[in-house]
Amino acid sequence: MSEVSNPPQGATAEPVLALKSRSKVIAVTSGKGGVGKTFVSANLASALAKRGLRVLVLGADLGLANLDVVLNLYPKITLHDVFTGKSKLEDAIYKAPGGFSVLLAGSGMVEYSRLAPEVRDDFLRIMESLVPNYDIVLLDTGAGISDVVLFAVSMASEVLLVATPEPTALTDAYATIKVLGAQQKRQSIRVVINQVARTGDGTGITTQLQQVLDRFVNKDSEHPLKLLHMGDIPADTAVRQAIMKRQLLAQADPGCPAALAITQLATKVESAVIKHGA
Amino acid sequence: MASATDPSAIRLSDLRLDDARALLEHDPSCELPKPEASPTVYLQSVLDGLCELSLRDPLTGLSNRRHFQHLLNMEIESVARSGESVLLLIIDIDHFKKVNDTYGHHAGDLVLQAVSKCLESCVRPMDTVSRFGGEEFAAILPNCPATFGAVVAERIREAVSELGITVSPSETIHVTISIGGAYAPEWVRSTIELWTERADEQLYRAKSAGRNRVFIEEQRGVAVSADEKGMLFGHLLFGDPASAGVDGDAPGSAVADSEMNRAN
Ligand SMILES: Nc1ncnc2c1ncn2[C@@H]1O[C@H](COP(=O)(O)OP(=O)(O)OP(=O)(O)O)[C@@H](O)[C@H]1O
Ligand SMILES: [Mg+2]
Repeated sequence: MSEVSNPPQGATAEPVLALKSRSKVIAVTSGKGGVGKTFVSANLASALAKRGLRVLVLGADLGLANLDVVLNLYPKITLHDVFTGKSKLEDAIYKAPGGFSVLLAGSGMVEYSRLAPEVRDDFLRIMESLVPNYDIVLLDTGAGISDVVLFAVSMASEVLLVATPEPTALTDAYATIKVLGAQQKRQSIRVVINQVARTGDGTGITTQLQQVLDRFVNKDSEHPLKLLHMGDIPADTAVRQAIMKRQLLAQADPGCPAALAITQLATKVESAVIKHGA
Repeated sequence: MASATDPSAIRLSDLRLDDARALLEHDPSCELPKPEASPTVYLQSVLDGLCELSLRDPLTGLSNRRHFQHLLNMEIESVARSGESVLLLIIDIDHFKKVNDTYGHHAGDLVLQAVSKCLESCVRPMDTVSRFGGEEFAAILPNCPATFGAVVAERIREAVSELGITVSPSETIHVTISIGGAYAPEWVRSTIELWTERADEQLYRAKSAGRNRVFIEEQRGVAVSADEKGMLFGHLLFGDPASAGVDGDAPGSAVADSEMNRAN
């Protein structure tokens, strides 16, 4: 047995959710941890909500979900309680300050890090019943390429990969892109470069990632993997300040550069998912 | 004062401390203060002593299996978050039974103590060595890059093999160890069982291959080749050479330029 199971050779990603549900789900993931997945998920959700969309953020980071800290929201009931039959699903969904909904996996889920088939089934059943109530579901996954992350990502039609310009983050992002391409036969991955020094730096980084992919991965692949650059978010002291205040950027400092970048990202995400999916 | 009338106050003479006291008095490293001086200080020392005892292996003073498992769990949590490279080594003294059979159990104990000391002297203060039981030891090395781990394990093996252990006035003996190692999978929340199982597999290989050797499982993870890295960071080389060097792939720089030119 291994911590990360290798799927059988040539296995295609099964459409684990019915197509209609799947098309609304976006997995926010990264290679390295701490690059800003949770920050992007929460603030993107609030920007999408402001555009009139019904948004759910699922803190699928089965370990330590810091979503609660970012939102100053401490849900007592988590998905874990729903799985174990202790609570009803409705009771695990909380209203976040930004006008969107939040469901946390809960740290008790750690024991499921090697997802048993029953857990997968439970998870899928819950997703099937949840997704119709929303226009967009953001899955804030854990870092890296564990079974749990791959499973969470497999439920999503779109992947939003968060990376930073820092070398280790970039290497890990590249590795994650490779795995998602190979294991899930993905054709495209959306990329956000967070914490850039200057707006515009991110475009170059995504281009660089694409060139390496083309040269080493796409060259003998029938499904060339395309990276879609969704934008840059500048490194902004307002982010830390907002997090210290346990507030969303839109509340703490709506005019700051990072907040503006998130608003732009929301526009792009909306047109990518809603117009596409509909 | 108030404590004399306080109905919740505990009086030392009411407590059955004999077993605890006996346990602690057996342990040379633990010195209890006089109970008369301050009952609170005395009780605190008894509790501290017991905690200390429950974490340590009495013979070698190393952390015991229970404590080690607790530390392993903490490491698993931190790796899942940080992606840090952490190595687990399982170490077994070769043909230990022969030592006991030939020189007696006291000699066996001396060997265990000498090996423990040697193991501890080979690792950094941040590493933990534990006696797993019998003649089996384990070490956990946080923040241990792949190239580093193999070197440390080899150093440990060598140091033990060079150790002369005096088991009686007329006899000094040598023992060897076999080491199996496995890294925690980066970013993945593993389990104690899976991780130790992988290290055990390597120990088994070391034993089968003739003992007195080190086997470490190759670190997994998604391979990103030096060429790929070179190209990924090609752009950094023109700007800030220091940040490109962070990745330790400096030799890739020449490659990077040519790869870039070909790719463009
Ligand atoms: N654009 C930014 N500017 C400044 N600081 C930022 C920015 N984005 C993120 N940060 C900082 O990085 C920290 C980590 O962000 P976050 O918790 O969202 O990362 P994560 O990818 O979800 O981490 P994990 O992998 O641990 O779940 C935040 O606390 C924040 O202070
Ligand atoms: Mg997070």
